[in-house]
Amino acid sequence: MTGGIGGQLGLAYAFVEREIALSKRYWAWEVVWVVYGIVTSLSVTYIGVAAPAITGGTVDQAAVSRFVLYLLVGTIAWRFLGIIFDNISEVIAWERWEGTIEYTFMSPVPRLTHLLGMCAATLVRALVFSVVTLAAIALFVPVDLSRANALSALALLAVGVLAFVGLGIACAAFPLMWPEKGLQMSYIVQAVVLLVSGVYYPVDVLPGWLGALSALSPATYVIRGMRSALMDGADLLSLWPEIWPALSIGVLSIPLGLALFVRVERYAKRTGRLKRSG
Amino acid sequence: MTTETAPRPGDTSPPAEAPRDAVVAVGVTKAFGGRGKTRRAVDRVTLHVRRGEIYGLLGANGSGKSTLIRVLSTLLIPDAGEVRVFGRDVRSEELAVKRLINRVSVDASFFKKLSAMENLVYAGRLYGVAPGVAREKASRILRRLGIAEERVDEPLEKLSRGMQQKVAIARAFLTAPMLLLLDEPTTGLDIRSKREVQTFVRDLRDEHDATILLTTHDLDEAERLADRIGILHEGRLVAEGTSAELRARYGAGALEDVFMTATGTRLDDADMAEGPAT
Repeated sequence: MTGGIGGQLGLAYAFVEREIALSKRYWAWEVVWVVYGIVTSLSVTYIGVAAPAITGGTVDQAAVSRFVLYLLVGTIAWRFLGIIFDNISEVIAWERWEGTIEYTFMSPVPRLTHLLGMCAATLVRALVFSVVTLAAIALFVPVDLSRANALSALALLAVGVLAFVGLGIACAAFPLMWPEKGLQMSYIVQAVVLLVSGVYYPVDVLPGWLGALSALSPATYVIRGMRSALMDGADLLSLWPEIWPALSIGVLSIPLGLALFVRVERYAKRTGRLKRSG
Repeated sequence: MTTETAPRPGDTSPPAEAPRDAVVAVGVTKAFGGRGKTRRAVDRVTLHVRRGEIYGLLGANGSGKSTLIRVLSTLLIPDAGEVRVFGRDVRSEELAVKRLINRVSVDASFFKKLSAMENLVYAGRLYGVAPGVAREKASRILRRLGIAEERVDEPLEKLSRGMQQKVAIARAFLTAPMLLLLDEPTTGLDIRSKREVQTFVRDLRDEHDATILLTTHDLDEAERLADRIGILHEGRLVAEGTSAELRARYGAGALEDVFMTATGTRLDDADMAEGPAT
């Protein structure tokens, strides 16, 4: 009934369907997250628009437009990747809160299928949120995308998804390991990644030790590459120096994250931490 | 110990010649805690549950009933001992065991914002039951349990505790488990709901080829439902047999007297002393 790739896809789809149904039932909260996303992204974008007023100097319109696009790419890309990281790293904490974790872990679904299903559901959510946010911002701020290479930008975003899925799965294991503090730890990881990845500024401005951390963050390469693609029309070949490090982190982090999760799951089953909610 | 041949690793189907024993647990031990404060929740328990029988595990709160059920459900890994479900080892053949079992716990474990039907269709998907089949089967079971058709699409949080528990039982039967683990399924239910659930459990056992392991601290329920009863006290199985056998062995007129003689305490007193279930 559930054998083969088709069967596993069917099992994974159960989680997509469940998450869509939950989004409909928690629609008011979804509206909150969308509005919050639009408002924060718009606020950041207005910093760019206000650059001449803030600096007190003369900044030509082209430079302002470039600055606005610079900030916009950072904020949208970060929101997209952040949703993926948040949703995946909260897989355990969320089910604990709902009280369904034991039922999910008792079901005959391989952990890989379970997590892939959750990743697919997360991807759908992140795409919907990002498209709505982008559309809303376009209504308020004129964005110059005349030189943009959309294909390159999308390719980088896809690479970013891989890397953040791996990172999210690894952090999802934290609440299994430390029921009281695990989720908080994953939020700290996300905050540090935000700081060192050059979301709103080039990583060159970071002090040396933080700059070293930025090299480890996949978001550094993804966002820098997306800026080159959307602001300067860079093609895939010229973006390879940004693609390969992010891709390598993704290719390594997914199996490592899964291995860590499975190991920690066994630890939780040995120590009775599966159900504890802190 | 059973004498059945070991199934092939990775094979998730029930054994072609299903063993006579549905559950074989030998010397199962599970302890929690650490740093010198270890407590044995289950202490060298050995029990056999025959295929097709209802086995009642009777014990006060904290006697280890739920811990043992969690071990059988693959949610806890025992520290020592061996557990086989229809000949399959819960540790090395976890996925195969999961396909053979389902569990109803004292807390209903649902996505409370989703409707009964949404929860049931989701559960069906996890066990490879097509949504159309799941809907039809769920409607039939819910009708039989006395849940009106118009309530099945309401969010579960709007249903009473008794109705939620009936939905949990419907969910378990929906997947046609060979072994059904009922962990205090009627705790907290009013008398009428309790009777309905008990009748349903008995009827379904008679109609289907299901084995039921029922934990309870309700003497009347154990007497009413169970073919054989095991008494668990402080993690140890201190008595086992049919109700008549136990009464004869302990020279007692009622199961309550059997419990008192076997454990040295009254069930109600033990419940109060131990506090919440483990």
